[in-house]
Amino acid sequence: MRWFWIDRFVEFERGKHAVSVKNVSLSEEHIHDHVPGCPVMPASLMIEGMAQTGGILLAEASDFQKMVVLAKLPKITFHGFATPGDTIRYHVTMMQETTEGGIVECKGYIGERLICEGEICFAFLEAPAGENGSSVNAFATSGLASILKVGKVQQQFQPS
Amino acid sequence: MAVSEEIFAKVKDILVDALGVDDDEVTPQATLMGDLGAESIDFLDIVFRLEKSFDIKIPRGELFPEVDAADTSLVADGVITPKGLEELKTRMPHADVATFAKDPRVDKISGLFTVEMICKYLQNKLGK
Repeated sequence: MRWFWIDRFVEFERGKHAVSVKNVSLSEEHIHDHVPGCPVMPASLMIEGMAQTGGILLAEASDFQKMVVLAKLPKITFHGFATPGDTIRYHVTMMQETTEGGIVECKGYIGERLICEGEICFAFLEAPAGENGSSVNAFATSGLASILKVGKVQQQFQPS
Repeated sequence: MAVSEEIFAKVKDILVDALGVDDDEVTPQATLMGDLGAESIDFLDIVFRLEKSFDIKIPRGELFPEVDAADTSLVADGVITPKGLEELKTRMPHADVATFAKDPRVDKISGLFTVEMICKYLQNKLGK
C-alpha cells in the first residue's frame, strides 16, 4: 500500500490553488480499525490528504526542487464524518509562500457539506545528498508527485 | 520607542491565530515562549503571517536570531559573554538586551522574544 491519501487532482492552478478528491472505500483497512463497528475515515488521514494536496501545490511551484515538510497545523476543525462511498474534495488555497516555506488554507467537502477546514504550515528543508551527489527529492522518491499525472490533470490545468 | 497601536493590534491578531491564545493574553510584555507557549516551529508560522499581513520580507534570522551556543566566544558556562551581548545588541536592536544583560544566562534568552520586540522590529522595518 502506498501512502497516498488523495486519489487525483481535479483542479490545479500553479502556486495558487488546487482541488483533489479522495474516494472513501469500505475495502480500506483503516476504515474498519479506526472505530470498530463504525466505519469512518480517520480525521488524521483527512489531514494527511489536505497536507498532500497543499504540499504538492507548494512543491510544484518550484518544480519539486524544494523538500517540503509539514511543519504545523495552526488551525484544524472537523464538522462531520466521511464514510465509505463518500468522495471528499479537498480545496487548498495558497495563503503565503516564502523562501522558507508556506501556509495554505484548506477545506474538505462531501458534496456541498463542509466537513473539515483549517490551515497547514509547511517548511522547506535542505534536501540530503544522494549517492551520486545530487539532492534527494522526497516527492520523487515517494512517488507523491505522480498523483499530478493521474487523469493527466497536470497537462489539463497547466497554465499556458 | 512607543509601540504603535495599529501595529500592536495586527500583531495581536497574528499571535492569536498562530498560537491559539486568547487576545487578552497578548500584552506587549508577554514573552512568546514563556507566556504564550510558542515553540520553535511557531516562529516560522509567525514570520509567514507577519510577512503577509505587513507585506514585507523578513530574512531568516533577522527577527528571531539564533545564538550559536557552541561558540565559546559567545557563550561560556551557560552564560552569554560580553562579546555575545554586543552581538545580540547589534543583531536585535529591537530587543531589550540591556535588561537581559543583568542576568545573561542562555536559558533566559527566550525572554528577549516578547510581543513588544516584534512590534518594535516592525516599526523599524516599516520606518514608522
